[in-house]
Amino acid sequence: MSLRIVVLAKQVPDTRNVGPDAMTPEGTVNRSALPAIFNPEDLNALEQALRLKDQNPGSIVIIITMGPGRAAEVIREAMYRGADGGYLLTDRAFAGADTLATSYALSTAIKHVMPDVDLIIGGRQAIDGDTAQVGPQVAEKLGLNQITYTEEVLSCKDGKIVVKRHIDGGVETVESALPCVLTVNGSAAPCRPRNVKRVMQFKRALCEMELPKDTTWADLPYADQYEKKAYLKLGQLTCADVNADLSQCGLAGSPTKVKNVENIVFKAKESKVMTASDDDINGLIQELLASHTIG
Amino acid sequence: MANFYTDIPEIKFELENSPLMNRIVELKERDFADKDQYAEAPQDVADAIDTYGRVLDIVGDITGNIIAPNAEEVDAEGPHCENGRVRYAAKTYENLAAMTDAGLNGVTMPRRYGGLNLPVTVYTAANEMVSTADAGFENIWSLQDCIETLYCFGNEEQRQKYIPRVCAGETMSMDLTEPDAGSDLQSVMLKATYDEGNDCWRLNGSKRFITNGDSDIHLVLARSEAGTKDGRGLSMFIYDKKDGGVDVRRIENKMGIHGSPTCELVYKNAKCELCGDRKLGLIKYVMSLMNGARLGIAAQSVGLSQAAYNEAIAYARDRKQFGKAIIEFPAVAEMISNIKAKLDAGRALLYQTARYVDIYKALEDIARERKLTPEERQELKQYQRLADAFTPLAKGMNSEYANQNAYDCIQVHGGSGFMLEYACQRIYRDARITSIYEGTTQLQTVAAIRYVTNGFYAQVIEEYLAAPVSAEFEGIHRRIKEMATKLNVCTAAVKEADSQEVLDICARHLYEMAASTVMSLLLLRNTLQAPELFAKSMNVYLLYAESEVEKHFNWVRHMNPDLAEIFRQA
Repeated sequence: MSLRIVVLAKQVPDTRNVGPDAMTPEGTVNRSALPAIFNPEDLNALEQALRLKDQNPGSIVIIITMGPGRAAEVIREAMYRGADGGYLLTDRAFAGADTLATSYALSTAIKHVMPDVDLIIGGRQAIDGDTAQVGPQVAEKLGLNQITYTEEVLSCKDGKIVVKRHIDGGVETVESALPCVLTVNGSAAPCRPRNVKRVMQFKRALCEMELPKDTTWADLPYADQYEKKAYLKLGQLTCADVNADLSQCGLAGSPTKVKNVENIVFKAKESKVMTASDDDINGLIQELLASHTIG
Repeated sequence: MANFYTDIPEIKFELENSPLMNRIVELKERDFADKDQYAEAPQDVADAIDTYGRVLDIVGDITGNIIAPNAEEVDAEGPHCENGRVRYAAKTYENLAAMTDAGLNGVTMPRRYGGLNLPVTVYTAANEMVSTADAGFENIWSLQDCIETLYCFGNEEQRQKYIPRVCAGETMSMDLTEPDAGSDLQSVMLKATYDEGNDCWRLNGSKRFITNGDSDIHLVLARSEAGTKDGRGLSMFIYDKKDGGVDVRRIENKMGIHGSPTCELVYKNAKCELCGDRKLGLIKYVMSLMNGARLGIAAQSVGLSQAAYNEAIAYARDRKQFGKAIIEFPAVAEMISNIKAKLDAGRALLYQTARYVDIYKALEDIARERKLTPEERQELKQYQRLADAFTPLAKGMNSEYANQNAYDCIQVHGGSGFMLEYACQRIYRDARITSIYEGTTQLQTVAAIRYVTNGFYAQVIEEYLAAPVSAEFEGIHRRIKEMATKLNVCTAAVKEADSQEVLDICARHLYEMAASTVMSLLLLRNTLQAPELFAKSMNVYLLYAESEVEKHFNWVRHMNPDLAEIFRQA
């Protein structure tokens, strides 16, 4: 059976390689020091979606991401890997959204672009927030079943999906009726690489938001291509496009209020900082020998 | 997150900074005839070059993040022979899947067969990076370029049958060597007989040392003319594994490139198709196959040199002795500088050769579609000659450099390098084959020496020397000119001696003099455009090349027929 799948993805700062200049003096993220990447677990989610598409010919995989114009890179990256298309959900009204407002916005977008969706798949959590709330909240907003911590889709047929979940202390196999929401763990299969022909085909795909100020499609290099190939104009949705209730969007719709951000410094006496130098390692060995921990 | 393309700016430089590149794109894209028919086809030269960079970025990502991390395990496990079939090391399948998912097969084939229609130059860059990650896997992946020979000499039906399969990821092999036919392929004895009843050819006999011998599609050199003994009795055949009849008897236990299965094959009445015309198997088709393969080994060698450089510099920065990192000791720094200099010089030669091959192959391909203009015919001839002359230089010199660089890489590691703990030991073992297979360095010399004696290299060197040079690099230019003069003096002296024995014994020396001079000039050309990337290597390489040329100069000028005789061994 052919499936209609939405993949939820987020562009995040690469917090895995944080350097000393990762934060501004004001305590916000210094985006210029951290490259923007495809949230890693969302790539695992995309791979699960693409595998289902491979196994079920005729299936459609659409990616939805919320963010500013530059977040459209996530849509292109997904298309390079096999997604059929995507939408950038972008509006000033969405700015400052916490997980609740984000989930609301995403759920309205899903209802708008794919009302007959079979599966919504996202990463377990994003590396910039680590909340793991958005997937489950989208499921709640849409009134769908949810399977979190997905490691592998074992089967998907006759309106049912069987999933292996990676949970504390083991794995669990669960079944759900479609449609449902999956959130995928980083321990799931890594995403396939970009495909060169798809890169050749979609490299110029853009969202309108990405056009430089005061330019139109007709001003772009290779402007005729945007006329001839509709797929080069990526989907873009505003608050109005998806009929979102403004009071539930952005800051207004976010009950989370950040009062203060503090640096936590571990002061526990048990911890000891060592470098990788021979001296430090020798010292540790001597200490462990003396305490009879080793030897 | 390593990326062997973005981490190595010298490759990008080679891709983007040659005046020949525009011509290559124009020819390869036939004035962009595909652009309305194929969504992936480029619109113009800039668009094509942008695409090449993006393709190599994907290769850089896969090589850096999948193939390189798998290399150690693949080397340790190696392939297995089970019931006449090859089972690769587990991670080799992962590597193959990544390359196939990325669509990196049939790289140079036309779009109408499902190929990417990329120039040989771009394919060469991909090859180099794959080899940096794992030279053994490079063998398996790069055998896809056998399809070039099938494309050139097979009929349309064969093209339509096989090329799309290779583009979809099926693997290839070239079955040439036999126990008594190694360098001397004229002695091939595998029997091909025509089966009248079934209207097909049949193969019987065995082959040895066949890289990736259990591939999906084989090109096989076999004796179709009963009773003949030389190369004129050999034809080329296509064997499709789906038809069965060829089994793997055993896999060789090799010093290096463990990931690549080297097979002994048994042909039992195996059904096959004739590729091209009878009797042209060796003299025409295998020559074409080998030239492509030699460029591949040159790329594999440069990739290994890059790997040796990466490992050597990382270790030398990390390892401390006498209270400082060993890279601070001049004796260690010199080794690393020499590795880098030979790497940069050899790479410049590799890509110049690839560009020459690109132009002539693209023109040759156009000639299949329409009659070439007189200018194009002239251009084809010129670049074919350059490609033929440069291929043995690129293969021979880069494979020797890869060995030298791997040796120095171990030396930088000291005692730890001798232990089987660091990647340098694998690089050292893997590099060793490069100067042997697809024609030993000695055979590259045989292929190249005529271009020394007929003055062709001297003429190319003269043309390179005529290019304008900035004041800053005039001194270097002058020194290279002196090297060229010494080559000319030696060439004249050898010709003067009028003795085949003197020529034979001097050949390797003259070959290296010519190659060192050519590489110095190509490196100078790069340095003039991007001194920040190449000036250091230019200076280091020149010191090295100058002393090599001086060494050979002394050797050759003392040579005479009497002296040549003392090298004879009973």
